[in-house]
Amino acid sequence: MATVQHAVQDVYEPSLFGTYSKKIGMWLFLASDSLTFGALLFAYSYNRIANPAWPTPFHKESIANATVMTACLLSSSLTMVLAVLAANRHDKPWTRYWLLATMFFGTAFTVLHAMEWTKLMGEGMMPSSNPWAATVPQFGGTFFTLTGMHMLHVTIGVIYLGVIALRKKFLPILLGLWLVGWLLTPAKSVFHIGIHALLIGAIVSAIILFLKPKDYDSHDVEVSGLYWHFVDLVWMFIFPLVYLMSTKV
Amino acid sequence: MHDVSAPHDEGKGLYFWVWGGLLFLTGVEVVLAYEQVLQPARMLEVLLVLSVIKAALITLYFMHLKSEIRAMRWLLTISVMACFALMWIFFFPDADRIVKLGVQ
Repeated sequence: MATVQHAVQDVYEPSLFGTYSKKIGMWLFLASDSLTFGALLFAYSYNRIANPAWPTPFHKESIANATVMTACLLSSSLTMVLAVLAANRHDKPWTRYWLLATMFFGTAFTVLHAMEWTKLMGEGMMPSSNPWAATVPQFGGTFFTLTGMHMLHVTIGVIYLGVIALRKKFLPILLGLWLVGWLLTPAKSVFHIGIHALLIGAIVSAIILFLKPKDYDSHDVEVSGLYWHFVDLVWMFIFPLVYLMSTKV
Repeated sequence: MHDVSAPHDEGKGLYFWVWGGLLFLTGVEVVLAYEQVLQPARMLEVLLVLSVIKAALITLYFMHLKSEIRAMRWLLTISVMACFALMWIFFFPDADRIVKLGVQ
Protein backbone atom coordinates (compact mmCIF):
# COMPACT_ATOMS: atom_id res chain seq x y z
CA MET A 1 0.00 0.00 0.00
CA ALA A 2 2.85 2.33 0.92
CA THR A 3 4.50 1.55 -2.41
CA VAL A 4 1.32 2.49 -4.26
CA GLN A 5 1.01 5.82 -2.43
CA HIS A 6 4.65 6.59 -3.16
CA ALA A 7 4.09 5.85 -6.85
CA VAL A 8 1.03 8.11 -6.96
CA GLN A 9 2.99 10.96 -5.37
CA ASP A 10 5.59 10.58 -8.10
CA VAL A 11 2.97 10.65 -10.83
CA TYR A 12 1.14 13.77 -9.61
CA GLU A 13 3.36 16.83 -9.48
CA PRO A 14 2.46 19.56 -6.96
CA SER A 15 0.16 22.30 -8.26
CA LEU A 16 1.92 25.05 -10.18
CA PHE A 17 -0.17 27.64 -8.33
CA GLY A 18 0.16 26.06 -4.90
CA THR A 19 -3.52 25.48 -4.34
CA TYR A 20 -6.25 22.96 -5.08
CA SER A 21 -7.68 22.55 -8.57
CA LYS A 22 -11.25 23.63 -7.72
CA LYS A 23 -9.99 27.02 -6.62
CA ILE A 24 -7.81 27.45 -9.73
CA GLY A 25 -10.82 26.49 -11.86
CA MET A 26 -12.99 29.12 -10.16
CA TRP A 27 -10.30 31.81 -10.56
CA LEU A 28 -10.04 31.00 -14.27
CA PHE A 29 -13.82 31.21 -14.63
CA LEU A 30 -13.86 34.53 -12.80
CA ALA A 31 -11.07 35.87 -15.04
CA SER A 32 -13.15 35.01 -18.11
CA ASP A 33 -16.35 36.37 -16.53
CA SER A 34 -14.57 39.62 -15.68
CA LEU A 35 -14.00 40.11 -19.41
CA THR A 36 -17.74 39.67 -20.06
CA PHE A 37 -18.56 42.36 -17.51
CA GLY A 38 -15.56 44.41 -18.63
CA ALA A 39 -16.91 44.53 -22.18
CA LEU A 40 -20.38 45.54 -20.95
CA LEU A 41 -18.98 48.21 -18.62
CA PHE A 42 -16.72 49.62 -21.33
CA ALA A 43 -19.67 49.70 -23.76
CA TYR A 44 -21.77 51.57 -21.21
CA SER A 45 -18.99 54.03 -20.33
CA TYR A 46 -18.18 54.59 -24.02
CA ASN A 47 -21.79 55.48 -24.74
CA ARG A 48 -21.96 57.64 -21.62
CA ILE A 49 -18.97 59.77 -22.65
CA ALA A 50 -19.85 59.86 -26.35
CA ASN A 51 -23.37 61.20 -25.70
CA PRO A 52 -23.58 64.64 -24.06
CA ALA A 53 -27.38 64.24 -24.03
CA TRP A 54 -27.15 61.10 -21.90
CA PRO A 55 -30.26 60.91 -19.65
CA THR A 56 -29.90 61.45 -15.90
CA PRO A 57 -33.02 59.78 -14.51
CA PHE A 58 -31.63 58.77 -11.12
CA HIS A 59 -32.92 61.16 -8.47
CA LYS A 60 -32.21 61.11 -4.73
CA GLU A 61 -34.63 58.24 -4.17
CA SER A 62 -32.91 56.03 -6.78
CA ILE A 63 -29.43 56.86 -5.48
CA ALA A 64 -30.50 56.13 -1.89
CA ASN A 65 -31.95 52.80 -3.07
CA ALA A 66 -28.77 51.92 -5.00
CA THR A 67 -26.63 52.91 -1.98
CA VAL A 68 -28.63 50.54 0.25
CA MET A 69 -28.20 47.83 -2.42
CA THR A 70 -24.43 48.46 -2.36
CA ALA A 71 -24.38 48.23 1.45
CA CYS A 72 -26.29 44.92 1.18
CA LEU A 73 -23.69 43.47 -1.18
CA LEU A 74 -20.73 44.73 0.88
CA SER A 75 -22.30 43.27 4.04
CA SER A 76 -22.90 40.00 2.21
CA SER A 77 -19.18 39.88 1.38
CA LEU A 78 -18.37 40.32 5.07
CA THR A 79 -20.74 37.50 6.10
CA MET A 80 -19.31 35.34 3.30
CA VAL A 81 -15.74 35.77 4.49
CA LEU A 82 -16.92 34.94 8.03
CA ALA A 83 -18.51 31.76 6.60
CA VAL A 84 -15.15 30.82 5.06
CA LEU A 85 -13.41 31.41 8.42
CA ALA A 86 -16.03 29.25 10.20
CA ALA A 87 -15.61 26.51 7.56
CA ASN A 88 -11.83 26.57 8.08
CA ARG A 89 -12.49 26.02 11.82
CA HIS A 90 -14.78 23.08 10.83
CA ASP A 91 -17.59 24.91 12.63
CA LYS A 92 -20.53 23.66 10.56
CA PRO A 93 -23.40 25.48 12.37
CA TRP A 94 -21.73 28.91 12.05
CA THR A 95 -20.69 28.19 8.46
CA ARG A 96 -24.36 27.59 7.69
CA TYR A 97 -25.55 30.68 9.62
CA TRP A 98 -23.11 32.97 7.82
CA LEU A 99 -23.98 31.45 4.45
CA LEU A 100 -27.69 32.02 5.17
CA ALA A 101 -26.92 35.61 6.18
CA THR A 102 -25.08 36.08 2.87
CA MET A 103 -28.05 34.66 1.00
CA PHE A 104 -30.37 37.04 2.89
CA PHE A 105 -28.32 40.09 1.82
CA GLY A 106 -28.11 38.78 -1.74
CA THR A 107 -31.87 38.26 -1.89
CA ALA A 108 -32.46 41.74 -0.43
CA PHE A 109 -30.22 43.17 -3.15
CA THR A 110 -32.14 41.35 -5.89
CA VAL A 111 -35.55 42.42 -4.54
CA LEU A 112 -34.46 46.08 -4.28
CA HIS A 113 -33.03 45.91 -7.78
CA ALA A 114 -36.23 44.38 -9.15
CA MET A 115 -38.20 47.22 -7.53
CA GLU A 116 -35.88 49.75 -9.20
CA TRP A 117 -36.37 48.10 -12.59
CA THR A 118 -40.16 48.05 -12.12
CA LYS A 119 -40.13 51.77 -11.26
CA LEU A 120 -38.04 52.64 -14.33
CA MET A 121 -40.21 50.55 -16.62
CA GLY A 122 -43.29 52.19 -15.10
CA GLU A 123 -41.82 55.57 -16.17
CA GLY A 124 -41.57 54.25 -19.73
CA MET A 125 -37.99 53.05 -19.93
CA MET A 126 -37.58 50.10 -22.29
CA PRO A 127 -34.51 48.37 -23.78
CA SER A 128 -34.90 50.31 -27.05
CA SER A 129 -36.25 53.64 -25.78
CA ASN A 130 -36.50 55.96 -22.81
CA PRO A 131 -38.74 58.94 -21.98
CA TRP A 132 -35.87 61.30 -21.04
CA ALA A 133 -33.68 61.46 -24.17
CA ALA A 134 -35.12 60.42 -27.53
CA THR A 135 -31.71 60.86 -29.22
CA VAL A 136 -30.07 58.32 -26.87
CA PRO A 137 -32.13 55.14 -27.33
CA GLN A 138 -29.21 52.95 -26.29
CA PHE A 139 -29.52 54.05 -22.64
CA GLY A 140 -32.18 51.44 -21.87
CA GLY A 141 -30.42 48.67 -23.76
CA THR A 142 -27.05 49.20 -22.08
CA PHE A 143 -28.63 49.69 -18.64
CA PHE A 144 -30.84 46.59 -18.73
CA THR A 145 -28.12 44.38 -20.25
CA LEU A 146 -25.50 45.35 -17.69
CA THR A 147 -27.67 45.34 -14.58
CA GLY A 148 -29.69 42.33 -15.79
CA MET A 149 -26.51 40.30 -16.29
CA HIS A 150 -25.41 41.25 -12.80
CA MET A 151 -28.81 40.45 -11.27
CA LEU A 152 -28.64 37.02 -12.93
CA HIS A 153 -25.20 36.45 -11.40
CA VAL A 154 -26.47 37.41 -7.93
CA THR A 155 -29.44 35.03 -8.33
CA ILE A 156 -27.13 32.19 -9.39
CA GLY A 157 -24.88 33.05 -6.44
CA VAL A 158 -27.75 32.82 -3.94
CA ILE A 159 -28.75 29.42 -5.38
CA TYR A 160 -25.10 28.27 -5.29
CA LEU A 161 -24.76 29.26 -1.62
CA GLY A 162 -28.12 27.63 -0.84
CA VAL A 163 -26.88 24.34 -2.28
CA ILE A 164 -23.64 24.57 -0.27
CA ALA A 165 -25.42 25.52 2.97
CA LEU A 166 -28.53 23.34 2.88
CA ARG A 167 -27.91 20.75 0.12
CA LYS A 168 -31.09 18.81 -0.75
CA LYS A 169 -33.13 20.70 1.88
CA PHE A 170 -32.71 23.80 -0.30
CA LEU A 171 -34.60 22.33 -3.27
CA PRO A 172 -38.16 22.56 -1.82
CA ILE A 173 -37.37 26.09 -0.55
CA LEU A 174 -36.20 27.14 -4.01
CA LEU A 175 -39.23 25.60 -5.70
CA GLY A 176 -41.51 27.29 -3.14
CA LEU A 177 -39.87 30.68 -3.82
CA TRP A 178 -40.29 30.16 -7.56
CA LEU A 179 -43.97 29.29 -7.20
CA VAL A 180 -44.75 32.18 -4.84
CA GLY A 181 -42.78 34.62 -7.01
CA TRP A 182 -44.49 33.42 -10.18
CA LEU A 183 -47.97 33.68 -8.66
CA LEU A 184 -47.39 37.07 -7.03
CA THR A 185 -45.74 38.96 -9.90
CA PRO A 186 -48.19 40.57 -12.34
CA ALA A 187 -48.46 38.74 -15.69
CA LYS A 188 -47.25 41.85 -17.57
CA SER A 189 -44.13 42.23 -15.41
CA VAL A 190 -40.79 41.13 -16.85
CA PHE A 191 -40.17 39.33 -13.55
CA HIS A 192 -43.16 37.04 -14.22
CA ILE A 193 -40.87 35.43 -16.82
CA GLY A 194 -37.57 36.21 -15.07
CA ILE A 195 -38.61 34.28 -11.95
CA HIS A 196 -38.27 31.08 -14.00
CA ALA A 197 -34.50 31.46 -13.44
CA LEU A 198 -35.27 29.98 -9.99
CA LEU A 199 -36.97 26.96 -11.59
CA ILE A 200 -34.00 26.41 -13.91
CA GLY A 201 -31.70 26.82 -10.90
CA ALA A 202 -33.74 24.23 -8.97
CA ILE A 203 -33.54 21.72 -11.85
CA VAL A 204 -29.77 22.20 -12.29
CA SER A 205 -29.21 22.03 -8.50
CA ALA A 206 -31.31 18.83 -8.28
CA ILE A 207 -29.28 17.20 -11.06
CA ILE A 208 -26.02 18.10 -9.28
CA LEU A 209 -27.25 17.10 -5.81
CA PHE A 210 -28.73 13.75 -6.89
CA LEU A 211 -25.99 12.71 -9.33
CA LYS A 212 -23.11 13.64 -7.03
CA PRO A 213 -24.34 13.84 -3.43
CA LYS A 214 -21.60 14.94 -1.03
CA ASP A 215 -20.95 16.79 2.19
CA TYR A 216 -19.52 20.13 1.13
CA ASP A 217 -16.25 20.96 2.89
CA SER A 218 -14.29 24.14 3.61
CA HIS A 219 -12.83 24.13 0.09
CA ASP A 220 -16.32 24.21 -1.42
CA VAL A 221 -17.28 27.08 0.87
CA GLU A 222 -14.13 29.00 -0.09
CA VAL A 223 -14.70 28.45 -3.83
CA SER A 224 -18.35 29.56 -3.56
CA GLY A 225 -17.06 32.58 -1.63
CA LEU A 226 -14.76 33.50 -4.51
CA TYR A 227 -17.79 33.60 -6.83
CA TRP A 228 -19.80 35.66 -4.37
CA HIS A 229 -17.06 38.23 -3.80
CA PHE A 230 -16.65 38.57 -7.55
CA VAL A 231 -20.33 39.46 -7.89
CA ASP A 232 -19.79 42.11 -5.20
CA LEU A 233 -16.66 43.36 -6.97
CA VAL A 234 -18.49 43.84 -10.27
CA TRP A 235 -21.17 45.93 -8.55
CA MET A 236 -18.40 48.24 -7.25
CA PHE A 237 -18.04 49.33 -10.90
CA ILE A 238 -21.70 49.20 -11.95
CA PHE A 239 -22.92 51.38 -9.07
CA PRO A 240 -20.76 54.44 -9.83
CA LEU A 241 -20.74 54.07 -13.61
CA VAL A 242 -24.46 53.47 -14.08
CA TYR A 243 -26.11 55.24 -11.16
CA LEU A 244 -23.72 57.94 -9.97
CA MET A 245 -22.80 59.02 -13.51
CA SER A 246 -26.51 59.54 -14.31
CA THR A 247 -27.56 61.37 -11.17
CA LYS A 248 -29.91 64.32 -11.08
CA VAL A 249 -30.27 65.80 -7.59
CA MET B 1 5.82 24.85 -0.62
CA HIS B 2 2.42 26.49 -0.10
CA ASP B 3 0.09 24.17 1.83
CA VAL B 4 -3.01 23.76 -0.33
CA SER B 5 -5.23 23.26 2.68
CA ALA B 6 -3.76 26.03 4.84
CA PRO B 7 -6.55 28.23 6.23
CA HIS B 8 -6.26 31.99 5.98
CA ASP B 9 -4.88 33.28 9.25
CA GLU B 10 -6.18 36.87 9.21
CA GLY B 11 -8.33 37.76 12.21
CA LYS B 12 -11.97 38.74 11.96
CA GLY B 13 -11.08 42.34 12.88
CA LEU B 14 -9.24 42.87 9.60
CA TYR B 15 -12.32 41.92 7.59
CA PHE B 16 -14.47 44.38 9.56
CA TRP B 17 -11.92 47.12 8.83
CA VAL B 18 -11.97 46.28 5.11
CA TRP B 19 -15.78 46.28 5.14
CA GLY B 20 -15.76 49.68 6.89
CA GLY B 21 -13.28 51.03 4.34
CA LEU B 22 -15.45 49.84 1.46
CA LEU B 23 -18.54 51.50 2.97
CA PHE B 24 -16.55 54.72 3.50
CA LEU B 25 -15.35 54.79 -0.13
CA THR B 26 -18.94 54.17 -1.27
CA GLY B 27 -19.99 57.15 0.84
CA VAL B 28 -17.32 59.31 -0.83
CA GLU B 29 -18.63 58.29 -4.27
CA VAL B 30 -22.21 59.17 -3.32
CA VAL B 31 -21.15 62.59 -1.97
CA LEU B 32 -19.26 63.29 -5.21
CA ALA B 33 -22.36 62.40 -7.20
CA TYR B 34 -24.56 64.68 -5.07
CA GLU B 35 -22.15 67.62 -5.23
CA GLN B 36 -21.65 67.32 -9.02
CA VAL B 37 -18.60 69.59 -9.06
CA LEU B 38 -16.79 67.55 -11.72
CA GLN B 39 -17.35 67.30 -15.47
CA PRO B 40 -18.58 63.86 -16.65
CA ALA B 41 -15.19 62.76 -18.06
CA ARG B 42 -13.33 63.88 -14.88
CA MET B 43 -16.06 62.35 -12.71
CA LEU B 44 -15.68 59.06 -14.59
CA GLU B 45 -11.93 59.06 -13.92
CA VAL B 46 -12.34 59.76 -10.20
CA LEU B 47 -15.08 57.14 -9.79
CA LEU B 48 -12.99 54.58 -11.68
CA VAL B 49 -9.99 55.18 -9.41
CA LEU B 50 -12.18 54.73 -6.30
CA SER B 51 -13.75 51.60 -7.82
CA VAL B 52 -10.34 50.11 -8.59
CA ILE B 53 -9.29 50.71 -4.94
CA LYS B 54 -12.49 48.98 -3.76
CA ALA B 55 -11.97 46.10 -6.19
CA ALA B 56 -8.38 45.71 -4.96
CA LEU B 57 -9.55 45.56 -1.33
CA ILE B 58 -12.16 42.91 -2.16
CA THR B 59 -9.75 40.84 -4.24
CA LEU B 60 -6.80 41.00 -1.86
CA TYR B 61 -8.61 40.53 1.45
CA PHE B 62 -12.07 39.01 0.91
CA MET B 63 -10.95 36.74 -1.97
CA HIS B 64 -7.61 36.11 -0.21
CA LEU B 65 -5.52 36.77 -3.32
CA LYS B 66 -2.99 38.28 -0.91
CA SER B 67 -2.47 34.81 0.59
CA GLU B 68 -1.94 33.05 -2.74
CA ILE B 69 1.54 32.37 -4.09
CA ARG B 70 3.20 34.98 -6.28
CA ALA B 71 2.70 33.04 -9.56
CA MET B 72 -1.06 32.91 -9.04
CA ARG B 73 -1.31 36.58 -8.00
CA TRP B 74 0.62 37.95 -10.94
CA LEU B 75 -0.79 35.64 -13.59
CA LEU B 76 -4.39 36.60 -12.73
CA THR B 77 -3.69 40.30 -12.28
CA ILE B 78 -1.59 40.78 -15.40
CA SER B 79 -3.83 38.76 -17.73
CA VAL B 80 -7.05 40.54 -16.70
CA MET B 81 -5.42 44.00 -16.64
CA ALA B 82 -3.90 43.45 -20.11
CA CYS B 83 -7.35 42.68 -21.55
CA PHE B 84 -8.87 45.75 -19.90
CA ALA B 85 -6.00 47.91 -21.16
CA LEU B 86 -6.71 46.75 -24.71
CA MET B 87 -10.40 47.63 -24.32
CA TRP B 88 -9.45 51.05 -22.93
CA ILE B 89 -7.07 51.77 -25.82
CA PHE B 90 -9.72 50.88 -28.41
CA PHE B 91 -12.80 52.45 -26.82
CA PHE B 92 -12.02 55.72 -25.10
CA PRO B 93 -10.00 57.72 -27.63
CA ASP B 94 -12.89 57.16 -30.03
CA ALA B 95 -15.51 58.24 -27.48
CA ASP B 96 -13.48 61.39 -26.82
CA ARG B 97 -13.16 62.00 -30.58
CA ILE B 98 -16.93 61.81 -31.00
CA VAL B 99 -17.46 64.33 -28.18
CA LYS B 100 -14.97 66.75 -29.80
CA LEU B 101 -16.68 66.35 -33.16
CA GLY B 102 -19.89 67.51 -31.49
CA VAL B 103 -22.12 64.71 -32.73
CA GLN B 104 -25.61 65.25 -31.39
